[in-house]
Amino acid sequence: MSRKAHVQTQINGENVEFLCEPRQSMLEVLRDELDLTGAKEGCNNGNCGACTIIVDGRPVDSCCMLGVEAEGKEVQTIEGVATPEGLHPLQQKFLEHAALQCGICTPGFIMNSKALLEENSNPTEKEVRFWLAGNLCRCTGYDKIVRAVLDAAEITRANH
Amino acid sequence: MASGNGYKVVGTRPIRHDGVDKVTGHAKYGADLNFPDMLFGKILRSPHAHAKIVSIDVSRALAHPGVKDIVTSKDLPTLSENILADDKVFYKGHAIVGLAAVDVHTAEEALSLIDIEYEVLPAVTDVAKAIREDSVVLHQSLTTNTLGEKTGKPTNIGSHVRHQNGDVEAGFAEADVVVERTFTTQTVHQGYIEPITATAKYNPDGELTVWTSTQGAFNVRQQVAGILDRPASKVKVVPLEIGGGFGGKTTVYVAPVAALLAMRTGQIVKMTMTRDEVFEGTGPAPATLIRLKMGATKDGRITAADTDLFYEGGAYPGSAVGAGANCMFAAYKIPNLKIDGFDVVVNKPSSHAYRAPGAPNSAFAAECVIDEICQKLDLDPLEFRMINGAKEGDRNPIGPRHGKIGYLETVEAAQTHDHYQVEVGNGKLRGRGVASGYWGNGAGRSSVNLTVNQDGTIMLLEGSTDIGGTRTSIAMQAAEVLGIAAEDVRPAVVDTNSIGETGVTGGSRTTHATGLVAIRAAESVIEQMKEKLADHWEVNLNQVDFSDGTFLNSDNQISFKEAARICSPVVGSVTESTTGAGGAFGTHVVDVEVDEDTGKVEVLRYTAVQDVGTAIHPSYAEGQIQGGAVQGIGWALSEEYVYDQKGQMVNASFLDYRMPTSYDTPMVETVMVEVPNPGHPFGVRGVGEVPLVPPLAAIANAVSRAIGVRMTHLPMNPVSVLKALNKI
Repeated sequence: MSRKAHVQTQINGENVEFLCEPRQSMLEVLRDELDLTGAKEGCNNGNCGACTIIVDGRPVDSCCMLGVEAEGKEVQTIEGVATPEGLHPLQQKFLEHAALQCGICTPGFIMNSKALLEENSNPTEKEVRFWLAGNLCRCTGYDKIVRAVLDAAEITRANH
Repeated sequence: MASGNGYKVVGTRPIRHDGVDKVTGHAKYGADLNFPDMLFGKILRSPHAHAKIVSIDVSRALAHPGVKDIVTSKDLPTLSENILADDKVFYKGHAIVGLAAVDVHTAEEALSLIDIEYEVLPAVTDVAKAIREDSVVLHQSLTTNTLGEKTGKPTNIGSHVRHQNGDVEAGFAEADVVVERTFTTQTVHQGYIEPITATAKYNPDGELTVWTSTQGAFNVRQQVAGILDRPASKVKVVPLEIGGGFGGKTTVYVAPVAALLAMRTGQIVKMTMTRDEVFEGTGPAPATLIRLKMGATKDGRITAADTDLFYEGGAYPGSAVGAGANCMFAAYKIPNLKIDGFDVVVNKPSSHAYRAPGAPNSAFAAECVIDEICQKLDLDPLEFRMINGAKEGDRNPIGPRHGKIGYLETVEAAQTHDHYQVEVGNGKLRGRGVASGYWGNGAGRSSVNLTVNQDGTIMLLEGSTDIGGTRTSIAMQAAEVLGIAAEDVRPAVVDTNSIGETGVTGGSRTTHATGLVAIRAAESVIEQMKEKLADHWEVNLNQVDFSDGTFLNSDNQISFKEAARICSPVVGSVTESTTGAGGAFGTHVVDVEVDEDTGKVEVLRYTAVQDVGTAIHPSYAEGQIQGGAVQGIGWALSEEYVYDQKGQMVNASFLDYRMPTSYDTPMVETVMVEVPNPGHPFGVRGVGEVPLVPPLAAIANAVSRAIGVRMTHLPMNPVSVLKALNKI
């Protein structure tokens, strides 16, 4: 075990400082050091996407990023997606379409879908399916998730 | 929103009560729990598929800074070999040593400091080899229980059961066409995204608390208490949100070890599996070898079937061969039938329940042979099912007579569906497959506690852990009885000290059984409120009516909410061993296209028809059907445990195990046929398991028709398809 590193970063718009071991992943830091347990560990090797966060605008599997790499970055997690005014359109549409059953993969799907809609607010079904192929869901068969994302995209476009 | 079925709440689609927490990341799953000074547990697992443990030396690990305690099977008060191995390991991944350390990395480092000397034994990981006379034998103490008689001879066949009716030889003599095939399926995993986890706390007064993600908190309590030889009343199990289970979380793996370490250290211990531990150390669904011979007349009547089912129990007997046999021909009238079922041990993880356990495997064989018979007789496969299909009063060939069922209704709905009307082919290797499936569904014990709040809302406490929306489907049933909105019932899944005993969320029983108990509790609330209102209005009880959400007598009429203000407190509490589960059938239609150069199968279109009895929350019933169908796509096309020569699983990661992604799957169209189950006030049938029964055969039939070669081995991955095409 080596000395802990001091990291300054921004999480969900707030300046955050934390100490972590160099070997700790960003997922561990979020969950175990900062008690932000919305990002889930399904595989710890980047295969399932349940730990997806957004770092400087890009979706990242936080299990494959080290905590120390957050230095100077802007990090968004599922906990920062809703505002005091209400749910994000993706969150609302996931609920309306019943796009979750157990819900363990949901934070990852919402974060990755958010990154998609920020890059492409008018995706086709195929583009949604391709973009989300790194997020595994075992409950829904993806049907309702894809519909929720397409529906949320429409809301997002209407709001702009 | 009215549902158009005469109900006000049943059949509508309210947003689930736990939904906002789940889309905002605030819902707490098992691994989300953290305590100050918590220890982290890890398990050392066997690197060998089969070995004797000669010695275990934990001294170096115990001396490692940060390690607090180490346990082996010797520290368990009762031997529980699948929790911690005794003197032998029977599969790679078999748990041997548990330890607790200050953090997870220290615990992992310490695992590498445990010295175990093994005497490696030859392994057998294939059911076809395990049943041979010259096979390696796993358990010297295991002798076949064959047709009720012990042979006395050590073997890998744990049991042999037979079901027989009629005269199969006479039946085959009567047939115009006979098809005989042998089918193989590989070991597959439930694939829940949340790894197995448990956190345990032991108080000096002897109270043990276990927080975990489970399909059955009372089941965990019973198992932990049993393994640790403690009274169940001294074990409290707190079920947290559960990240998928599909049958895989109806037993314990790490919970007893975490509890033992907590008892010994006096500290809270959390133990969470890694993904490779989940694949290698928990119970997957069995690989199978199935031979089936079936005959039919040229007008399409089944005359006889004769089958041998070999199911892998894994390291210990206990495969789902019995359920496989029971479901295999449940959809059909078969006058002459013989089924021999064999439960076979191999050097793989001890098999466990996976969504309709045993049924997808046997349906794969039955529904593929039926398809081939249809091809030989040039009969439409759905028409063949209309001729042979079971209806109310017909006997499951090896079971009781069916009650009210909706099998033929599913076949008719598939026949008339647009999907079945349009042509599939366009010159490429395309094919359409159909298949049906059955699951018996469960009932059993459930508990619900309803408290009427002064504002007319309801607290609904229940013992059924919610794996896919049952909090809402149960709350809706209470709301329907009480004449209030689903949102006015606030459901909560509570711990084992706070509610009566409740069976697992499994067997597709929860919306039926716990729903039925919620209805009873709501009826009790209504009766109590009528009594209180009779006093309040100074009339006789029989003068107070309740109808359509309103309490009334000749002079008064008040809503449930107004009545609540007068009557509160009112509590309706029911624990009941329910019955009346209705078996259910599904019929799936699938179109595929096979790439003749790569062997890749693409699913172009998928339609799943199912008799759901009455859909309480149609979106969640659809979701069960869609999820089951896509698990079936995975089982059919890509998922399997791949073993090397030494019995080592070589693909224990999500990347290599290959579950379907969003990019591999089409939309899954669902058609819900509603033939109400008379065993439930609203007609509920279990929905969750049926949809995994037909897909394996439906997709195999589609691929077989696409390429003109009968597919009998799963998964139909590119290699097996190219082999079938004689390209490799």
